[in-house]
Amino acid sequence: MAAKASPARTVAKAETGLTGLDQVLYGGVPRDRNTLLVGGPGSGKTLIGMEFLLRGARDFGEPGICMSFEETPEQLAGNVFSLGYDLNSLIRAGKLLVDYVYIERKEIEETGEYDLEGLFIRLEHAINRIKARRVLLDTIEVLFSGLGNEAILRAELRRLFRWLSNHGLTAMVTAESGQGALTRYGLEEYVADCVLLLDHRVNGQVSTRRLRVLKYRGSAHGTDEYPFLIDKKGISVFPITSLGLTHQARTERISSGIAGLDQMLGREGFFRGSSILVTGTAGTGKSSFAAFFADSACARGERALYFAFEESPSQILRNMRSVGLNLERWIKRGLLRIHAVRPTSNGLEGHLAAMHNLITDYKPAIVLIDPITNLISVGNVGAVKAMLTRLIDFLKLEGITAMFTNLTLQGELEQTAIGISSLMDTWILLRDADMGEARRRVIYVLKSRGMAHSNRMVGFEISERGITLHTDGPALQQRTSA
Amino acid sequence: MNKGTNRRSMQASGAGRRKPLGWQLRLYVAGTTPKSVAAFANLKKICETHMGGKYRIEIIDLLRNPQLASGDQIVAVPTLVRRLPHPVKKIIGDLSNTERVLVGLDLKPAPLSRAASQA
Repeated sequence: MAAKASPARTVAKAETGLTGLDQVLYGGVPRDRNTLLVGGPGSGKTLIGMEFLLRGARDFGEPGICMSFEETPEQLAGNVFSLGYDLNSLIRAGKLLVDYVYIERKEIEETGEYDLEGLFIRLEHAINRIKARRVLLDTIEVLFSGLGNEAILRAELRRLFRWLSNHGLTAMVTAESGQGALTRYGLEEYVADCVLLLDHRVNGQVSTRRLRVLKYRGSAHGTDEYPFLIDKKGISVFPITSLGLTHQARTERISSGIAGLDQMLGREGFFRGSSILVTGTAGTGKSSFAAFFADSACARGERALYFAFEESPSQILRNMRSVGLNLERWIKRGLLRIHAVRPTSNGLEGHLAAMHNLITDYKPAIVLIDPITNLISVGNVGAVKAMLTRLIDFLKLEGITAMFTNLTLQGELEQTAIGISSLMDTWILLRDADMGEARRRVIYVLKSRGMAHSNRMVGFEISERGITLHTDGPALQQRTSA
Repeated sequence: MNKGTNRRSMQASGAGRRKPLGWQLRLYVAGTTPKSVAAFANLKKICETHMGGKYRIEIIDLLRNPQLASGDQIVAVPTLVRRLPHPVKKIIGDLSNTERVLVGLDLKPAPLSRAASQA
């Protein structure tokens, strides 16, 4: 018993291909079985189901049938076009087929016994035509309003779902959420191998879509509510924890772009793929640190992506010229991209989507977010932290080094406004110190995981020659980070 | 109904004379089952009684011609489709309730209670 327990209980899975979803499902939906997608109107059921088919057809060599009870093929093509898919070309290539089923109760009279063999025949015909492996039924509940005999309907649905499994088809079935029950017509009674719950909430005028795996027979799965986005790249589910635990910790070091700071960081700089927080009061030079970091990456021939939430690109370029940085040349050579956007122009979900897409497109080696403080104006503390967690997990997985700047108020030196420091590998503090009459800038590495770093407060200057750290003062005291 | 019926037309005596006034009916079935046999028998009886010979029944077996199911939007079988006169009407089931078939074919007005419930 013990010997065969684990392989026998492993459920065969079909990758959905949807970004993040397969991680949440520990590999995919159950193969040759039915997965129920439950959600209210506009929760994204159809789009998730369609992307499951589109990805299957395009990326996994598994042709798919969409039996659509609500939307016509033209409407579906229009909808998935906004996700970056060309439905019609897949249809022409014989990899996908849409059968639009139209039922209008007013046009149908019922008398006596019948069954739904017509539906089975249509499905089988479509499956045979393109040798389909995947099926989407969206949403078969329409039959309940279209046909009068619920007893026949229920018996036939039970037969249908079993039939799909017996024919080696991996199916997704959409269903409207019900009141007091999971779905309006109790489809969970028949489709129960895997149930995904979708939700679309508006909180403080910011909308977030969420997905939860309600059950997955015979398989472990992520249990949280995972935010997901629908944008021109398709669906992206953001597993908050699962990604973060799997990324590869890197040992390669990269320069911060400032010699003195590298020296403070165990003489070698940051770890590649780590996340760095630079906090400081107003005017301490946070953006300059970010810019020098970007400059050094570009000088190595790496790409840097700079998200500016406060200043326009031209303002950043002008300011950086004053500290001796010529960033324009990197922009001209395609090594630096500055993406300036007002935080309030978008909900957090929108920002995450935009960042995610730009990063995926541009494939930078480093990312700068200057400052994250401004994002707080968009969402509440918990939401901002959750968003940053997702972003950092994503960046780590991609091996991208990220620097975040954060404005702190005088007197709250070690308190980051949104409690995000735990997400960061390295935390650098900048502040003004009163040195008698003069105001002097000091830098301090509060933490830097996995390396011996300086624990000194070091004075520094920002001039047209750049950032100079006065590390040549009294001997450096070294300490190992906890 | 014969086994092996592919797409068979049954033309009643007077149907050819005045086509515009004739009834064109299609009965969709899936193989020869008790339901499809009953539906055809019930339909024929109703046609003989109420259509005065001016009708034509076409039987479509979806097991042989599955590609024809989507055209008339067939989901249930048996389904009777009244193609002419317009508008197109559909009646599903074995057609055992003559009253309802007549209502469905517009040969009889819908009962008041039913009309009200549909409004």
